[in-house]
Amino acid sequence: MNQLNGLYAIWLREVKVYFREYSRLIGSILTPLLWLLILGKGIGASIDENESFAGVPYEQFIFPGILTMTVLFQSVFYGLYIVWDRKIDFLKEVLAAPLNRSTVFLGKCLGGVTDSMIQVTIIIVLGFFIFPDLEYTLQSLMLVYLYLFLLAVIMTSLGLIIGSRMDSPEGFSLITSLVVFPMYFLSGALFLKKNLIDEAPLIYWITAINPASYAVDAIRYTLIPEDIFLEYGLSRDLAVLIGFCVFLLALGTQSFKTMKL
Amino acid sequence: MGVITTKGLTKKFGELTAVDNLDLDIKEGEIFGLLGPNGAGKTTIISMLATLLDPTSGTATVANQDILKKPSKVREHIGIVFQDPSSDDILTGRENLYLHGLMYGVPRSIIPQRIDDAFDLIQLTGREDDLVKTYSGGMRRRLELARGLLHHPEVLFLDEPTLGLDPQTRKRIWEHIEKIVKERKVTIILTTHYMEEADRLCDRLAIIDNGKIVALDTPNALKAQVGGDTVQMEVSEPEKAAKELEKLDCVSRCEARENRLDIAVKDVAQNLPKVFAAAGEISNFSVRNTTLDDVFMHYTGYDIRDEGAEGAAKHMQRVVGIKK
Repeated sequence: MNQLNGLYAIWLREVKVYFREYSRLIGSILTPLLWLLILGKGIGASIDENESFAGVPYEQFIFPGILTMTVLFQSVFYGLYIVWDRKIDFLKEVLAAPLNRSTVFLGKCLGGVTDSMIQVTIIIVLGFFIFPDLEYTLQSLMLVYLYLFLLAVIMTSLGLIIGSRMDSPEGFSLITSLVVFPMYFLSGALFLKKNLIDEAPLIYWITAINPASYAVDAIRYTLIPEDIFLEYGLSRDLAVLIGFCVFLLALGTQSFKTMKL
Repeated sequence: MGVITTKGLTKKFGELTAVDNLDLDIKEGEIFGLLGPNGAGKTTIISMLATLLDPTSGTATVANQDILKKPSKVREHIGIVFQDPSSDDILTGRENLYLHGLMYGVPRSIIPQRIDDAFDLIQLTGREDDLVKTYSGGMRRRLELARGLLHHPEVLFLDEPTLGLDPQTRKRIWEHIEKIVKERKVTIILTTHYMEEADRLCDRLAIIDNGKIVALDTPNALKAQVGGDTVQMEVSEPEKAAKELEKLDCVSRCEARENRLDIAVKDVAQNLPKVFAAAGEISNFSVRNTTLDDVFMHYTGYDIRDEGAEGAAKHMQRVVGIKK
């Protein structure tokens, strides 16, 4: 019971702080819109969408990728707050409490996942108005949230693991950028991965070990149910993402247990 | 057995021994002071007792729980006010205390009452719902003091509770600490490098230097050991004067630094002429009560305010003689 209250306290703090920092909210809505409206339109105007994407406009095709991107970046950079907590000594207050380190990790993780889910909800709502052709049903939305949630858990854990080892915010940003940009570009957010099989088989195989690929695949097929967009299949996507989740939650708990002040 | 007992507690950081084979026995309900210069190992001792840092060797019990075997039990019974501010300044005072209560297992239904009591104790009623970043440094300290007590710990650690605060605010914090001791049954371990603070608040104190206890007693007993009042004078020939002064029966201690002599004299009123006669040519002089500063200098050979080990070593050589 105490651990549960502690978990709630850690989560509550993250959510309160999140709503008090408007800049975080506004900043993270702007970037996806830039990708959709400028990059999406620009590239869309330069390619033959009928041939490559079964007539689906390019900006609509990348919308699921942009949802994934939002979760990818938002979640992993959330790990920065643990570095700040250490700097302002709030981390000491938390670690001195009679809570298990796994509770602290889980509370932080859920806080980050909540932030990401709020963020991505705004993009989903915007998407409803910008792209009327997307498949927005109760069932499709539930599926989209499920996959985004799993990805958020994976990426928040990753961010926290990196954050638990770093002293400086600059170092953290550098390391996470090295991880998250390749993950984003290799997720197929902006292209169809299966076209790579003949053109660049090596890159194709790298995309296959990237958890973000599976989120993009599932969300794209759910929101735009065209057979051409089917790559791994929803159940395989789910299995892979759950696998990554379990692995990173375990690793994260371990990294918090051995974390120094 | 005391509420805190340490046995051979040692912490090494690489080559540096921060805490060296510490044996302490702190009784229930006392304010125990750890007095020493910056870097003496005070914070390291507290971190180990609070289970935030594992000792290299040795162990300790806090509130009858072993810090190595039952760290989470220890944490349930202690409160800590850290040296640096550790409250979240984007949250309000009330929110900070509420989250603390949840994390320390205070039942949710009684947290609001505890928070009201806490703000009453530190006299911050009316500022509960302001963001902590609008608090002054002293207010923030008081808030953290109240936070450390919110879960009614048996032991409260205060790490340099008045560091960097102005004299009025410092006095106010002392009053709060005295009030806490009077109203709550709590043992307080306090680290400080302010002599007045240790003198005013502590029932007993340990003078720590280089990770070791060099003296441990009540402030009055420590001062009595140094003996009498302190006569401070500037003389033209300190070495020679010190030698002469040491021969006097009424002088229990004579320390020289530069041209200044610190002389502990018994029954000053009667013996002052003798002291003057022995000192030779005097350019300046004053008499004052012995303070913990003198005690500290007596045991470590240097002034607590001196920065750096080089200065300390220099003064050490200049201590002419200590009569036991």
